[in-house]
Amino acid sequence: MTSETAFEPTRGFTGRARAADRDPRLPPGQYDAADGWPVLSAEVTPDLTPADWTFRVDGLVTSPRTWTWDEAHALPASEYRGDIHCVTSWSKFGVRFGGVSLDAFLAAAGPRPEATHVVAYSHTGYTTNLPLSDVTDGKAWIVWEYGDGPLPPEHGGPARLIVPHLYFWKSAKWIAGLRLLDHDEPGFWEQNGYHHRGNPWREERYSGD
Amino acid sequence: MTDTFVPPTRFAVPGRIAVSNRAAAVWQRATVVEIRRETPAASTFRLKVPDWQGHLPGQHLMLRLTAPDGYVAQRHYSIASAPEDAEASGEIELTLDHVPGGEVSGHLHTVARVGDTVEVRGPLSGFFAWPGDRPALLLGAGSGVVPLMSMLRHWRKAGPSVPLRLLVSARTPSDLIYADEYGDETRVILTGTEGRLAAGHLAPLLSSSSLPEGGWEAYICGSNGFAEHASRLLVAAGQPVDRVRIERFG
Repeated sequence: MTSETAFEPTRGFTGRARAADRDPRLPPGQYDAADGWPVLSAEVTPDLTPADWTFRVDGLVTSPRTWTWDEAHALPASEYRGDIHCVTSWSKFGVRFGGVSLDAFLAAAGPRPEATHVVAYSHTGYTTNLPLSDVTDGKAWIVWEYGDGPLPPEHGGPARLIVPHLYFWKSAKWIAGLRLLDHDEPGFWEQNGYHHRGNPWREERYSGD
Repeated sequence: MTDTFVPPTRFAVPGRIAVSNRAAAVWQRATVVEIRRETPAASTFRLKVPDWQGHLPGQHLMLRLTAPDGYVAQRHYSIASAPEDAEASGEIELTLDHVPGGEVSGHLHTVARVGDTVEVRGPLSGFFAWPGDRPALLLGAGSGVVPLMSMLRHWRKAGPSVPLRLLVSARTPSDLIYADEYGDETRVILTGTEGRLAAGHLAPLLSSSSLPEGGWEAYICGSNGFAEHASRLLVAAGQPVDRVRIERFG
């Protein structure tokens, strides 16, 4: 916890879910959104069709590449089943996203040894930064399916990045590309007060946490 | 070092408003000094925050409640009051809907009373803030009007140097928050009788003859359904996509 305030209960507040039987899947400070899936994009949802969508990996790689929708779908299918956590304090359990592991895209582009970080950017221009180690070895996906259907536009469809072990602002909607860098470069929310990394289990919400 | 990265696409959400992050990292104890009923479903909570560092209209904060066993619940809430109010009184106001089954809003609406303390952290986020420097077109629905009311109150207190227009949508008159405060700058749309926000409501504000100098900075706040609908209408009416800022209430 980040508080410097001494612990003092709020008069009359018992909490809907007591700490003792709190779901162990809930990181600190989070609540279970159950069937809800809040939308928190700051920008207008873009009119982006699969035909318009592309995904590029460049920067410190040996072979910069751009994939079309069909080319991305030709890569080996991969899925994420598990939980997601938003910095605004909701979590969602047992979701399924279908797409392709980011490892497949990175293997084709060939990260150079000096690459340490990435900036993920969207077709809207949204950006977010990640250490390369947070998006490799089965920890990140480009996805176009939610549950059994297509990913809805307001949730980033036709395709978004997901990095489920970090707060969800890292999981850029309408993903357009990754640029590999040899340094950490804050993205949109990181410049607007959020933490650089965003680990929900350490409650890395805001700059200074 | 490689060069600073600039995305090869137009940045739809300019992050032009720099805010201090110092206050965001610290929880502060706040005392409830007043509770006012706004509508059957919404109440305003006035909080004294001794070390409040100031805010911009449109910003929000995180509010935290703690149970005796250490369990905490925290939620984001928009600030309703003007910065000038906080500067003069050291107090801020939040207006909350009583969400059915809501753990935090439920406590505040049914248990909290004047003299109680809660913890707050903020103000947070600069992208939805309006410092009062550009013509502002505000679209809100339901409790989405809360951060827009902070802008309207600021606009009035600071002296209107740029145009401001507010379109606020509510189902019926009894659902309309701050009903007594609206003036000529506001168009109220009662969706129960008039239907939802429509292109016809926006056309008079976005026609070439009525556009203010430099165009509008648009701020939309409400449910995701409202935000999607309103933002599409705005863009269809000619508002540039990179001059639309959206705050969506889950």
